[in-house]
Amino acid sequence: MLSGLPSPEVDEDSRPFWEACANQELVLPRCLSCGRFRWPPGPGCPHCQGRGTTWERSRGLGQVYSWVVARQAMHPAVALQVPYVVALIELPEQVRIVGNIVGYSCDEVFAGLAVEVFFETRPDGRTFPNFRAAAAEQR
Amino acid sequence: MRTLRDQAAVAGIGQTTYSKESGRTVTALACEAILGAISDAGLRPCDVDGLVRFDSDPVGEAVLIGNLGLRNLRWMSNTGYGGSGGNAVIVHAAAAVAAGAADVVICYRALNGRSGRRLSRSHAAETVSGVEAFQIPWGMLAPVHQFGMFARRHMIEFGTTSEQFGHVAVSARRHASMNPKAIMRQPMTLADHQRSRMIADPLRLLDCCIESDGACAVVVVAADRARDLRQPPVWIRGGSQGSGARTEGIVFREDLAAAESVNTARDAFRSAGLGPEEIDVVMIYDHFTPFVILSLEAYGFCPRGEGGRFVEGGRIDFDGELPVNPHGGNLSEAYLQGLSHVIEGVRQLRGTSSAQVPEVDVVLSCSSVAQLSAAVVLRRD
Repeated sequence: MLSGLPSPEVDEDSRPFWEACANQELVLPRCLSCGRFRWPPGPGCPHCQGRGTTWERSRGLGQVYSWVVARQAMHPAVALQVPYVVALIELPEQVRIVGNIVGYSCDEVFAGLAVEVFFETRPDGRTFPNFRAAAAEQR
Repeated sequence: MRTLRDQAAVAGIGQTTYSKESGRTVTALACEAILGAISDAGLRPCDVDGLVRFDSDPVGEAVLIGNLGLRNLRWMSNTGYGGSGGNAVIVHAAAAVAAGAADVVICYRALNGRSGRRLSRSHAAETVSGVEAFQIPWGMLAPVHQFGMFARRHMIEFGTTSEQFGHVAVSARRHASMNPKAIMRQPMTLADHQRSRMIADPLRLLDCCIESDGACAVVVVAADRARDLRQPPVWIRGGSQGSGARTEGIVFREDLAAAESVNTARDAFRSAGLGPEEIDVVMIYDHFTPFVILSLEAYGFCPRGEGGRFVEGGRIDFDGELPVNPHGGNLSEAYLQGLSHVIEGVRQLRGTSSAQVPEVDVVLSCSSVAQLSAAVVLRRD
């Protein structure tokens, strides 16, 4: 778990997400008009411009779409925390969210690696979703 | 049909020394580059009636007006964004001229990008908002992390290799080694590239542009003024800005292995009435080596997915089949967010480059494919 990085601000477009995180649930915004999910949260649907939103719980089972292994610290807070993996996780809801692949060798990540969500509570008390290799992939 | 075609020309170019520590204010750098460009054109500051600023430039219009005596301005604009700005400012200047809003327009970019605030680093404060709230907490901190996602995806889908990224870097360095203005002039081999440390795997140190201090300026004039000035006119044959579907939070875009500047390419070529087969030299915004490959695909110089193979074998060297960035680019000359690329394009068309390509008639200068994009097509008289 990365620590010391800036904290995300909660706004009206993202509040349900952060509130669900506190309960260890991953929820995603979905358009009431066209039914498509979107990410990141925003005031309306980028696909159909519908303004109504419902938040639906995701099982958080996804696959690695792309990733980098951060080896040089680009913020003082992570100076002692490199290397780490930053990945784009593709979820069955057809959105991709950013996460780390925790507890997995940086050099062995591959496209399509199956991952599952878990929740981390950081020293400031905020809870974040993050990802680890799904049970079948763990080594 | 209303078009930008040949309604304006580049009449003057100016640049400061490029360095890693200028020891000067950005205002001093901007003034030197602008006065250099005005003088190159054979004009005076009182002739200037238009000003286009990068929206991220630290030097504002008001500062320049006072320091340069620009008392006759009648048109000003700001445009972004980051790496697309180098071409976007030229499109704005040409549009102002075509509309009759101005006759002599200055475009400029000044930054202490190495000794001052470094764009490679995260400057995030205690809290982050908007899209960054869904990136920064997981350590997606810097451009190299975001653009590395595109590089990785191109490797996954098309088998593109780090060595192919290296060919881009080696070509840029070969060009820079011939350019007395360039910061990075010591020769580099593919093996040097492969030995350079990973910054954000798959991107190595030598896949990343340098950070530098300096300034560039370009004078754009109306067609009816262009022929009477000191330099032969370089005509702005066409140009365009473009957006793609998602320019904030680019990593959330649907397809990271492809460039979204295909619309910009289409619009720029259409406005010029020319296609990729008529381009003699390509100036590509090279903040990271893979984006030369993605740009070559987006602008139609090779099919999608084949850019990695395209850059092998010296093809993009100044003496190759399709010369790219004969000044050394952001990778090895200096990082001025693309305006230095326009300046090199003008040099190629004037025949005054340090790595001159023979018989250059048409140059394309195009921006990064991952953000807002822009492109201009330049031709000689």
